[in-house]
Amino acid sequence: MKLIILLALTLLISCASQPSNLYNKIGGEQTIERIATHFVDEIGNDEIIVAYFEKSNVDRFHQSFKIHLCSLIDGPCKYEGDDLKEVHRGMNITEGDFNRIVDLLINAMRTAGLTHRERNRVLARVAPFRGEIIYQ
Amino acid sequence: MVKYFINKVIASYYLAIITMSLLSHLVFTEAVHAADGKLISTTGVTQVEGTGGSGIVPWATLSGYDSREQISANAFISRANVDDYELDIIGLSASFYDRVEVSLAQQKFTIDATGDKIEQDIIGAKVRLYGDVVYSPWPQISAGVQHKILKDSAVADALGANNSDRGTDVYLSLTKVHLGAVFGFNALWNTTFRYTNANQLGLLGFGGTNDNREIVLEASAAVLLSRHLAIGIDYREKPDNLDTSEDDWKNLFISYSPNKSISLTAAWLRLGSIAGVDNQDGIYLSLTGHF
Repeated sequence: MKLIILLALTLLISCASQPSNLYNKIGGEQTIERIATHFVDEIGNDEIIVAYFEKSNVDRFHQSFKIHLCSLIDGPCKYEGDDLKEVHRGMNITEGDFNRIVDLLINAMRTAGLTHRERNRVLARVAPFRGEIIYQ
Repeated sequence: MVKYFINKVIASYYLAIITMSLLSHLVFTEAVHAADGKLISTTGVTQVEGTGGSGIVPWATLSGYDSREQISANAFISRANVDDYELDIIGLSASFYDRVEVSLAQQKFTIDATGDKIEQDIIGAKVRLYGDVVYSPWPQISAGVQHKILKDSAVADALGANNSDRGTDVYLSLTKVHLGAVFGFNALWNTTFRYTNANQLGLLGFGGTNDNREIVLEASAAVLLSRHLAIGIDYREKPDNLDTSEDDWKNLFISYSPNKSISLTAAWLRLGSIAGVDNQDGIYLSLTGHF
């Protein structure tokens, strides 16, 4: 019985079908542009998160975010910007505020027209960078 | 008359949880004190022994929405209603800095045929040892303990339990959320190893002719259909120490978390044989409020 459970769980996770190219699936460059624009708006309207961006150059953030996101979801871009650890040094973004930023990104993706499942797939690509962002 | 009174008490407890949750939701969304640092639906709900988990299985997640800078308090009420028995549970828990959870639960088990009641209190503690259920590459891992104080020992004695007074379970849980893993939906799995000799959670005492401690396996799998709605299954292997045989527990659950203050869970239970009566199926309802 134990074996059956473990097998079932493994199967459940591994039957995960990933679309071959997430970038194309969500609508390419135009969609990325929309996500980045809405994300910057969301941040600007959040009094807690906007404080972290006090010393940031918004245009530069917008641009780097776009290229980085594009590269993470199989797009034809190569992120050659700064190391994320370096970018977030001294900001001391807490775990709770990081999740608040994730919520803003989810809102931005929703406004940009991504479905729930597409949003999850994008988050799966972005999530591994949390360690380089929080408590720096 | 007694039953009417108990129902009234339970109803007012429900009402209290809902009112406090809504109030804290209204108040805390304006302030910043609320424990809201985790993503919605990623705390799980409260399991039958009072710790964070699914319906019947403890998970590695703690019961509140606290992140590393926050403290949370949680209250829950649950009822399981199977063919020949009822189980009513109320409890409280607090979790600190997404690291430690302490919990207190009171179980009241009713045998429909005789009206007899068996009460048990459970004091629990759980420590997160590693990871974050959503973000870390490996599963979140927690270790926990559940100290069970059986207040009515007549039935446990009659069935021949080695100890009809108290027992302690220890467990290790591994839980992981995989973002977008099942056709784009977020999926969760949990595996728990429990070292126990508790018969039917401890309500029928501890051990059989001997102390009979053993390691049992418990598991859950769930899919999040949206950020607010999860469906899943639990499987809980059980000890089988008494002559009246004890079966593994299974359930199919659906859980709804409209916001970070409240979650509702309904489940279809298949609990097998309990105290000599076979095929105990039924429903489970649970409400957790986060403050």
